[in-house]
Amino acid sequence: MNFRVSSSPHNRTQRKTSDVMLAVSLACIPGILTQVWFFGIGVLVQIALAIAAAICAEAICLRQRNRSLTQLKDNTALLTGLLLGICLPPLAPWWVAIIGAAFAIIIAKQIYGGLGQNLFNPAMAGYVVLLVSFPVAMTLWLPPVNLIEYELSAWDMILVIFTGYSDQGYSLAQFRTSLDGFTMATPLDAIKTGLSNQQTYQEIIQQSIFSNDLGIGWMQVNLAYLLGGLWLLQRKIINWHIPLTFIVTLFLLCLFSYLAAPGSIAGPWIQITSGATMFAAFFILTDPVSASTTAKGRILYAALIAFLVFIIRNWGGYPEAVAFAVLLANMCVPLIDYYTKPRTYGHVKG
Amino acid sequence: MDSLVDKIKSGYLWDFPGGVFPPERKSLSNSQSIKQLELANEYIVPVKQHIGHAANVIVELGQLVKKGQPLTELQGPMELPVHAPTSGEVIAIEPRMAAHPSGLSELAVVIKPDGEDTWYEKKPTPNYLALSKVELLDKLKQAGISGLGGASFPTYVKQSNSQPIELLIINGVECEPYITADDMLMREYATEIVSGIEIFTHLLQPKLVVIAIENNKPEAIAAIEQACQGKSQFVVRAIPTKYPAGGEKQLIQVITGQEVPSHGITADIGIITQNVGTAFAAYKAIVQGEPLIERVVTVTGEQIKSPANVWARIGTPVSHLLAAQEYQALKRPRIIMGGPMMGFTLHGSQVPVSKITNCVLAPSEKALPRAENEQACIRCGYCADACPASLLPQQLYWHSKAKEYEKAQDYKLFDCIECGACAYVCPSEIPLVQYYRIAKADIKAEQVEQEKAEKAKERFNARNERLEREKQERLEKHKKAAESRKQSMAKDPSAQDKVAAALARVQAKKKSSPETDQTDKTQTTEPANAAKAKAAAAIARAKAKRAAAAQEATAVETAEKQANNQESADQQTQTDSLTPAQIRAKAIAAKAKAKQAAKESMTESEQAPKNANSEKSTEAQADEPSADEQLTPAQIRAKAIAAKVKAKQQAKTQNSESADSPDNAEAKTNTEFQEDKVPTDEKLTPAQAKAKAIAAKIKAKQQAQSVETKSPEVENEPNTEKNMKDHQTPDAELTEAELRQQRVKAAIAKAKAKKESLGDK
Repeated sequence: MNFRVSSSPHNRTQRKTSDVMLAVSLACIPGILTQVWFFGIGVLVQIALAIAAAICAEAICLRQRNRSLTQLKDNTALLTGLLLGICLPPLAPWWVAIIGAAFAIIIAKQIYGGLGQNLFNPAMAGYVVLLVSFPVAMTLWLPPVNLIEYELSAWDMILVIFTGYSDQGYSLAQFRTSLDGFTMATPLDAIKTGLSNQQTYQEIIQQSIFSNDLGIGWMQVNLAYLLGGLWLLQRKIINWHIPLTFIVTLFLLCLFSYLAAPGSIAGPWIQITSGATMFAAFFILTDPVSASTTAKGRILYAALIAFLVFIIRNWGGYPEAVAFAVLLANMCVPLIDYYTKPRTYGHVKG
Repeated sequence: MDSLVDKIKSGYLWDFPGGVFPPERKSLSNSQSIKQLELANEYIVPVKQHIGHAANVIVELGQLVKKGQPLTELQGPMELPVHAPTSGEVIAIEPRMAAHPSGLSELAVVIKPDGEDTWYEKKPTPNYLALSKVELLDKLKQAGISGLGGASFPTYVKQSNSQPIELLIINGVECEPYITADDMLMREYATEIVSGIEIFTHLLQPKLVVIAIENNKPEAIAAIEQACQGKSQFVVRAIPTKYPAGGEKQLIQVITGQEVPSHGITADIGIITQNVGTAFAAYKAIVQGEPLIERVVTVTGEQIKSPANVWARIGTPVSHLLAAQEYQALKRPRIIMGGPMMGFTLHGSQVPVSKITNCVLAPSEKALPRAENEQACIRCGYCADACPASLLPQQLYWHSKAKEYEKAQDYKLFDCIECGACAYVCPSEIPLVQYYRIAKADIKAEQVEQEKAEKAKERFNARNERLEREKQERLEKHKKAAESRKQSMAKDPSAQDKVAAALARVQAKKKSSPETDQTDKTQTTEPANAAKAKAAAAIARAKAKRAAAAQEATAVETAEKQANNQESADQQTQTDSLTPAQIRAKAIAAKAKAKQAAKESMTESEQAPKNANSEKSTEAQADEPSADEQLTPAQIRAKAIAAKVKAKQQAKTQNSESADSPDNAEAKTNTEFQEDKVPTDEKLTPAQAKAKAIAAKIKAKQQAQSVETKSPEVENEPNTEKNMKDHQTPDAELTEAELRQQRVKAAIAKAKAKKESLGDK
């Protein structure tokens, strides 16, 4: 009899890489739905474009590298596209998503050696490239749907994305004007602009995009991502170190600076419920490949990103800072990992 | 530690990091009591089933053995015997496939049962407390008891630990899925197990015994608790079910919160752990006198129709167990010995049950799916979260895979206990443990290679050192010998000064000889003479050396030569400047000096007229009233002494070469005569004879003779000088001065001879 021989352990969890990636993607759904609710169908179009581009780019790269296309089944390209798509302004031109996704997969991932080898978070690398290359397209954020002066149908949005104009011939700029006549986008944008116009924080949050000191729409979106993230935590797909450290650190930094200078800095609550905060905390920072792998390292890594986000948001040139902060922290990961090796059983500390 | 014992007693439990929760599937096999099996067709008893060395096989092919009869005999440390599992005939002693992941064969004794199953001899000692510790340990050893939990470490070694033991932990955790052997044993033999533990406590005298059982075995916990009732020293502790809580290090961490130092043993922190099965085996061995010939084995898995625990004799082929429990074979069978986490797959079903076989697992493909293709690591870090040893399995994997073994060791590769938790959780299905095993094996092989190379290098160096040392010793010996000779020379009363004085005297005489008789010491010329003499001596030495280098055999001659050269150099400073030149030219002219002595003495008797004639003229010049009668004794004396000295020198050099002993003896007698100062013809003759004998030994006799023919001319002068000296100074004084001079010369010659002989060696 020809016995089957293998090395122990003979038992394995049935959770594969593809399952993990799929679970993360699924956990995005509440956030995406909320985004669609507030900002229209454009969000889904962007996500679909980014995913398609990411998977195509991955397939091309695998073919070029003589790798099996079955690797596509690991769902990592899907997740990269999804995460990038979520970050894009809903009405950004179609080619933005495609360029971003292609860059994320080809340059940030495959050139480094493919899955598991990339130093930088591919979605964030793609996003930063777009932000730097196409600053106008990348700031085409809409006010929440209920605040838009001209109603936009789903078809209009798709037309705008692919042609630049709606059915009725309205341009993007017109859609972006809110009911009170301000051309504004996100709460963080508004705060930054307001502060630079010598307004106080208290004056800024009187604007229509804020309600109860929180950004309309964005707060809900952030809470939806928090929900998805908590599900991931519960499933033990991510651990608490990174999200908790990130949120707490950012909150504390904002709290202390807000208490010190209430007029010139956004409050802690709006900071952690605006922009990409929750999405980043649970879905971006926790990218296993580019994050630190030790428990202590993860805490350091998340705290570092929170600090960078805090700095850039409040004193940098961009209203949102997660992408830059993540890339900067990615660079520190090897160092962090090296210096945060856990104490092995039976070894004296140090 | 006392507070720790109190804390443990209070029921506090610690935790270990990581760990996993694989499906237990224990209910498959723990529903029925332990079964007795029919005898197998044959039993394959591997000679070595423990950590350590195999003992010597003492049975022969065809020999009839009884159940429990030792098949091997102990000879050294870390050996354990194996015993016949039943009565029968030894039908083979050959390598058979062993219970090892490699599937390689190991020497085994194969026994065909006779069906009687008769016992060899049992020596029960229920009152083991009466035995000494040594006797008890020996009983454990002779019964072949090793750790039944997994490592198969000889129990007597563990129990004979000399470090103070605070805590004895009995491991009934059994954290591997599927396995219920210890569970069932505890349920059914709790009293026996506790008795076995008492043997251990008797040996170790711990402060506390903790029997640790995972909380998924409530029946076992209850049974053991009941058996422990009234024993205040015993604590039964239910611990949370988490793999690998049953690992020795992890169990210690759970029970005590302490860690076994890396590369250390548990006894270092005052703890000993034993498996419940080992305790039972110890009970059987001591109280019932039965060696370790059977154990409980869980035969389970989805492919086993009636999974159960069975009493399996050590050596039972796995096929027998599978058949007994109705194994439903797959197309490609996969039989795991041990659990699904740390067990190994068998290469065939003829593998025998060994002392550490706790489970034979035949899983279905569905229950334990085969590993699919390994995917890229996504650095998820689940492995690090699962690792009970707080390692970074991911980093270990990278470095192991890349064969960067030094880095892998930096990441504490050898602290990995291969529990498989990391590979279990890996979403990319990377066989992490396999990579570590390969890395460990490679590193160990490398170390063995290095050790070999080191040893070879050491041997080589040792050899070189030895050769060098021997050489040094030889040199040292020779140096010492030379030193001792020098010392013996130094014992002579300040010879040098006297020699110088004598030289000066001679010099003065020679210079003044044409004019008037001057009294001996002309102090102004003394240093000059001495310097000259030294230079001449040096030249002579150099020459002598050259000559020695040319011929080993001429060592004697050269010594002689030197002595003579010096003599001549000392005696005739001015004419010497010529003589060395001549000598140099002829290379063997030194022999002439050797002959000189002989001649001198010869001239006394044979060439007396000639000497007398030449002497007469000088004497006349010296204004000394000299008569033949007066001259002759003095001459004779001087010559006799010179001859003696030479003889002595030769004797010495011969000594070093271990030449003719009669000559030596005679030479010695001659030296005595020096003191006597009674130069007679009788005594002269042997000296002469010796001088001649040595001269004769000179290989180039023809040359020597040619020198001889010339020597008279050269010698005339010294002779005359001597003669002059002889009658110018009182006999006693002269002889004394000459004596000293010659003694010095002799010593120098000796030293030289030694040096040369050293050089030759």
